[in-house]
Amino acid sequence: MPNHETPAPAPAHPATPSDQPASLPRLGMPAPHFEAVTTHGKVRLEDFQGTWLVLFSHPADFTPVCTTEFMAFAAVAPELRKRNVELLGLSIDSPTSHIAWVLNIKEKFGVDIPFPIIADLNKEVATLYGMISPGESKTETSRCVFVIDPNGIVRAMIYYPLTTGRNTDEIIRLIDALQTTDKHKVATPANWKPGEKVIVPPPATMEEVEARLKAGFECKDWYICKKSV
Amino acid sequence: MACIGASGELTDSARRILAALDPPATPDQVAAHVELPLYRVRSGLREMAEAGLIEINDSGAYSITALGRSLLKPAA
Repeated sequence: MPNHETPAPAPAHPATPSDQPASLPRLGMPAPHFEAVTTHGKVRLEDFQGTWLVLFSHPADFTPVCTTEFMAFAAVAPELRKRNVELLGLSIDSPTSHIAWVLNIKEKFGVDIPFPIIADLNKEVATLYGMISPGESKTETSRCVFVIDPNGIVRAMIYYPLTTGRNTDEIIRLIDALQTTDKHKVATPANWKPGEKVIVPPPATMEEVEARLKAGFECKDWYICKKSV
Repeated sequence: MACIGASGELTDSARRILAALDPPATPDQVAAHVELPLYRVRSGLREMAEAGLIEINDSGAYSITALGRSLLKPAA
């Protein structure tokens, strides 16, 4: 089996239209329902209702980039738990493979993997979430991240190629931004981090423009105002 | 099944969840009591209900059935 984490030239046989997934989740829409076998037993999407969920896929067990990613996700799991976020991994591997890999990571690196991993052998969940990018691989899931809110709504999606490990600090930053947006009804600027000023949503009427100019926000102009939260 | 091991015995987490249902309790109450993530408690409760070890009442609380109590008892 080829190691698809190795950089490779563009595929000789590009994806055809029939390779395209039937559907993809959309931001702001309910996340597709699933019931799946995991390393922590059978779980359904609704089991996570009331908590944020980071559903992420990796190409395959016992591969180097994935192993570094899993240890990185394990390292941030406590920070995510503080934010009421659960992690749920996925790949097209068997439960036995997942368990063996988790035990191997513990043995070789001393790292416990505290979150469940979906054994998606029939590609059911991977297909529902559009995790397979046939142009990269038809047998492995890409490095996808779906942030699903406590109401089961897809709030963010990240897709990375097989060759590039994800940045878990960015995922925490994304969660912080989404939760800040929900709590304060604001937006967050580029490279925002908790503690920094946030963006007041732009006004839609002249009345709102006049009101905000008197509100004491830090404004460069009427359409770009920041405030502390 | 995650709640019942290969030998037919309750798994440790299932035993903890089951023991937390006396008196009857909701998934949130069980999760707080046994200090397991809520998703694991919900998943475990569903599997134990399917196995007839527990049942849910109209208010959303789960209680142990006679079969569940028999499995909770330590082996003679």
